[in-house]
Formats: sequence, C-alpha cells, structure tokens
Amino acid sequence: METWDLLRNIWFILVGVLLAGYSALDGFDLGVGILLPFLAKNEDEKRSLVRSVGPVWDGNEVWLLTGGGALFAAFPQAYATVFSGFYLALMLVLFSLILRAVSLEFRSHAVGGKKLWEAAFVTGSFVPALLFGVAVGNVVVGIPIDAGMEYAGNFFTLLRPLPLVFGLLGLAAFLLHGSTWAALKTTGELQARARKIGRAMTVALGALFLISFFAVRIYLPGALKRVPAWTFSALVVTALVLLRPVIKKGKDGLAFALSSAVFLCLWGVVGAVQYPALIRAADPSLSLTITNASSSALTLKIMLIIAIVGMPLVIAYTVYAFRVFKGKVGLDDAGY
Amino acid sequence: MSSVFLARLQFGLTAGFHFLFPPTTLGLTLVILILESLYVRRKAEIYKDVSSFLVRILGVVFVMGVATGIALEFAFGNNWSAYSRTVGDIFGPPLAAEGVFSFFLESVFIGILVFGRRRVSPKTYRLSAFLVFFAAHLSGLWIIIANSWMQTPAGFRMEAGRAVLTDFFRAALNPSTVVRFVHTILGGWITGSLVAAGIGAWYLLRGRVREKAGLLLKVSLAVFIIAAVLQLGSGHAHSIQVTRTQPEKMAAFEALWETRTGAPFTVFGIPDEKAEKTRLAVRIPGLLSFLAGFDTETKVLGLHEFPREERPPVFLPFAGYHLMILFGLLFILMAGLGVILFGRKRLPDTRWYLKLLIFAIPLPFLANEFGWIAAEVGRQPWAVFRVLRTADAVSKVVPAGDIVFSLALFTAIYALIAAAGLSIILKLARHGLDGPPAAGPQGGA
Repeated sequence: METWDLLRNIWFILVGVLLAGYSALDGFDLGVGILLPFLAKNEDEKRSLVRSVGPVWDGNEVWLLTGGGALFAAFPQAYATVFSGFYLALMLVLFSLILRAVSLEFRSHAVGGKKLWEAAFVTGSFVPALLFGVAVGNVVVGIPIDAGMEYAGNFFTLLRPLPLVFGLLGLAAFLLHGSTWAALKTTGELQARARKIGRAMTVALGALFLISFFAVRIYLPGALKRVPAWTFSALVVTALVLLRPVIKKGKDGLAFALSSAVFLCLWGVVGAVQYPALIRAADPSLSLTITNASSSALTLKIMLIIAIVGMPLVIAYTVYAFRVFKGKVGLDDAGY
Repeated sequence: MSSVFLARLQFGLTAGFHFLFPPTTLGLTLVILILESLYVRRKAEIYKDVSSFLVRILGVVFVMGVATGIALEFAFGNNWSAYSRTVGDIFGPPLAAEGVFSFFLESVFIGILVFGRRRVSPKTYRLSAFLVFFAAHLSGLWIIIANSWMQTPAGFRMEAGRAVLTDFFRAALNPSTVVRFVHTILGGWITGSLVAAGIGAWYLLRGRVREKAGLLLKVSLAVFIIAAVLQLGSGHAHSIQVTRTQPEKMAAFEALWETRTGAPFTVFGIPDEKAEKTRLAVRIPGLLSFLAGFDTETKVLGLHEFPREERPPVFLPFAGYHLMILFGLLFILMAGLGVILFGRKRLPDTRWYLKLLIFAIPLPFLANEFGWIAAEVGRQPWAVFRVLRTADAVSKVVPAGDIVFSLALFTAIYALIAAAGLSIILKLARHGLDGPPAAGPQGGA
C-alpha cells in the first residue's frame, strides 16, 4: 500500500473515531436535554440534571467541531458535498446547536423567561439527536450525486423511510445514553426514573437496531458480511442485552460504560459497511470514497502529526476535568 | 438577488456578529490571568473576588462566541462548497488544528474557571486561567493563519484547478500571518480591557465597592494603555505589509487612483468609484509615501494600475480603514490621559475620565468590525487573493431561496441572543461586584 493510501485509511478511521467520541460524550448531554421534561418533576430536579452537564457539554461538543474540521481537512470533497447538499437539514441542526449553546447560561440568569431557554435546550437537543441519524442513514443508504460530486436530490430525498429509521435509532441511542448518565449523576426518585427510561430504551434501541440491520442486509447485499460489520453488530446486541440487568441492579457506572460502548460499536458497524465509501451514491460509480474525496498526501501527513501530538493531550485533560466534577451533583455546589 | 450576494451577506452577518465575542474573550482572559496570578502571590481575597466577577461575564461572552462560531465552521461547506473543494487541502488543516489544540483546551478549562473554583486549589485555578488565556490566543492564531492565507496565499501549487499544499510552514506563516495575528490580538486586548475598565469606572462613579472597583480599573486600564500604544506600531507594520503584498487593497484603503511618488494621506474624503476620484478630500501631502517607505518619494501604486475587474470596491475599505485609525488614535489619547491621571494618583476621582471610559466601551468593538470590513472587502473580488474569485467560490447546488430562508432565521436568532446576552451581561456587570455572590453560575464561590 502506498503512503497516500495508508494515510487515507488512517484518516477514515480517525474521522470515525472523532464522530464516535462525539456521540459517546455529547451523546449523554443531548440525551439529558431531551429527557429534561420527562425526568424532572420540579425545579430542583431540573437544576440537578442541568448541573450534571453544565461544566462538560461544551468540551463534548468540541468533538463535533473537530470531527467536522478533520472531515474538511482530510476529505474536503465529502465535506463540501454533504454540507451544501443537506443545506436545509444542516441549518436546522445549526440553529438548534446555537440556541442550545446559549440556553443553559441564559436560563440560569432567567432573562427572557426561564421557560423559553428551557424549551431551547430541550428542542435544541432533540433536533440534532434525530437528524444526525437521518444524515448517517442517507450516506449509508446512498444519495443522488452527479458527475461533479454535487448532491442531486432535494430536502425530501433525505426523508426516505430507511434513513428515518436510522434517525429513530440514533435518537434511541441518545436517550439511552442520557438516561444512564442521569442515573449516574443523581439520586432518589430522579435516579429511579432515569433507570426506568434507560431499561425501556435498551428494548427500543435493540428493536430499531434489528430492523435497520435486516433492512441494510436487503438494501446493500454483502455489506454486512464483512467481519468487522458482524463483530460490531454482535457487540451492540451483547451490550444491550447486558445493559438491562446492569441498570436494574443499579450499577450505574457500568451501565454508562456499556451505553458508551453501544454508541462506539454502532459507529463501528457504520464504518465497516461504508468503507471505502464516505458517501454512497445512488449510482455506485459516483460514490465519494477515501480515494477520490481526499486531500493530498502532504496534508494528510501534517494532519496526522497534529492528531498524534494533540489528541493524547486532549484525552488527558478531558479525563482530568471529568474527575474534577465527578460524583453526584449537589444543589449547594457551584453550577447553573 | 444572486446566490453569491446572499451568501456573502450571510457570511458577513454571521462572521461580523461572531467577531464581537472572541476579541472580548482575549482581553478578559488576560485581565483574569493577571488577577489570579496576583491572588496566588498576595493571597488577598480581593483579587479572587474581582476575578470571579469577571469570570461570570466571561462565561456569557464565551458561550455566545461558541454558539456563533459553529455557524462559521458549517458555512464553508454550506454556502462555499466550491471554495472548500478548491482550497480545502490548505484551508482545512488550520480549522482542524484549531479544534484539536485550542477548542478542547479552552472549553475544558473554562468549565473549571466557571464551575470549579471550590474544587481545585488556587494554583490549579490560576493554571486553568492561563490555559484558557493561552487556548483563546492559540485559537486566534489558527484562524488568522487560515484567513491570512486567503489574503496572501503561499506554500501551494494549482493542480487541475485545485490548490495543493506544497509547504505547510510557508502556507501557515505566509507574508501576512504574523503581523495580522499581533494586530488582531492587540485589538482583542483593547476590547476586553476597556470593557473591564469601563465597568470598574461605573462602580467608582457610584462610589460603590471602591476598593474592588479601583483594583479592577487599575489592572484593566494598565492592559488597555499598553495595548493601545503597541497597536500603533502593529497597525503601521500591517499597513506596510498590505502596501507590499496587496497594493490594490492599500490603494482602496487610501482611495489612491493614480500611481505616484509623494503620495498623500487622505484624512477625509468620499470616494466616488464611478468618477474615479475622491470628493471633499482633505490630504496631507507625502504622508502615505512616507508611511509606506519612510521616504516621501516612495512610489505607491494607484487603482488605475489594475484591471477594472480585479479592483476591490473602494468606499467600504476606505471608510472602514479610516474609522479604525480614528478610533485607534482616540485610544492612544485615552491611554495618555490615563497615564497622566494615574501618575498624579487622581484616577479614581476624575469623573469625566471615568465617564469617558464607560462611553468608550462600544468603540473597540466598532474598530474591530471596521478593520475586519476593510480587510475582507478590500480583498474582493477574490476569495483567495489572485487565486480564486468569490463568485466562483459559492456552492452550486444551494438555491437562493434556501439562503434567504437561513439568512432570515440567522437574523432573528442572532437578534434574540444579542438582546438576551446583552441584558444578562449588563445585569451581571451592575450587580456582580458587590451583589450577592449566589447570583449566576458561580454559585456560592
């Protein structure tokens, strides 16, 4: 394998790792955001939940920004096709993320009404959690692309049944992850409710995963026959089967680790099914792959140096920050 | 309206709004770092109290910067996909590096600044303040690298219509990177420090918490004075760089139509692009030549030197450049007055000067925006100077109607968060220094 190809393969994996890291980290605070009205029955409980994500959501979201930046730098053609092609859908994600980003800070100061900013936090968590899955579903199932690598469909092309199932699958994963985090960080009735939702979500997610799995088998024959695709699929199912009793027994730390693993393995399945395509085209010869969408060998090499120097530091101080804020959230402590 | 115009309008609105927040962050993090260092050394609670007060304001400014920054990373793919396809090989890495080296660091440690005062030691807290300061400035460096490459591209070759990186360091440290970085950072220090100094002045005028307000004013005004004076030098160096590397842009800044030696500096004027002359011009003979080459006989290129279709617009760059300089000179005047009053120990009691500090708070924001408008409009008609036209950089598949829709929503959402954010910052500023510490996310810290 020549160096350029090796670098392309490495970056296929690294972009996947960044997106998976984003899901496992921002996943729980998006999930907590959606669950806020269902989990919390009074202002103290709401504050507990909001405080559990307050110091960390922003660092978590950086995984998305860095993943997007890495996609731009490593595979600019794929970045350009998706971001211009999915324009309106991504604008909805963008407006959600903007409002969500200010909502917690603004809510805590209660200007313009607490209710408004709370609604912004909940909606701003829900819309991306649903649409991320729809977007992944579309690039897996395949979208119309022309010979100039430009998206040739419209907004409604994105809303086909199978991508919508992917959207629900993603949503269920966010809800599961949010509920295991909430159970880990809270106590009492709030914690009991979080565990109950978590158990329900293992079933919902399992069902949606099986539907998607068999749909993809019909739709993309052969894709799931790859060893990593099978392996990661089996790991998703195993983790989900283990999760239910683990949540019931109140082993919240282990439950959170398992719901993180579910997210990572879901990305493993997606990566295995996609490779070497980044965006599958309706006409497979027009797909954007790691070869025709990539940057130059020099750029990929410099990016790799940046990643090798930077990412260990990122992981080290992210772990440090989570340790500083570890334990149950208390209302007398600093926070929103 | 054309897609190109709408896409430019949207980028201008979103980048211009975003550019209110990062410069403020640069200055505020510097003042906070100084206060935390003093706290570790002198161990007096007053340093911690004043710093915590600024951290609360920084928290709001920071989330607004984060929220509005996401839009820009999306924008290159959303509206400028042809740009991303053409120059992604060079423009992508600085954005990714900004994420890896700066955003993570900044967001993780601002979490500790805002929420972790009681969970870490004063020394760790000071280290967190330093890391937030450092990350904010490093972030500025990466984004200036990306933007400067659009101004003075280097370290690449064109291959089948696409720019391919040939030398990373030449691309990153292109001819305008260093001077533009220094100029932008100093602009940020002026902005953040004047916000802090103005708030200190406000408390002093009302005779509230005089000791804390005096400390806040002293530290932030010192930063302001140093930054305002240094900015004169960096601005001059930047102008010389533009004259050498982008002469048509300097010609637009100065509305200089004919190439000449002994070129005058136009103090005031209304450039008329159709008639190609400057109306009501007030000029200082030879000054532009002197500034460009330290000799009144230096030849400065005029707009006529360049084909019409490669000339930048003149009115906006001229107006932006001159208003920025006007404000910059005003800051130096304010700095000088500050030094005199400080030397006579009359600073806390000179009411007119304290009022001036408060009313001047909006001016650095305007100066930043004017300078940015001059720099970016002055680069037109190019997205990447003499490499890629803005008209060829826009997304081909996005209909104008979609951009109108997103532009309308951006306007509405930004108006909402501007109003809410401003009222929160004013509330925090008015009641934070002496108010009950329980208000805001700082909790009981």
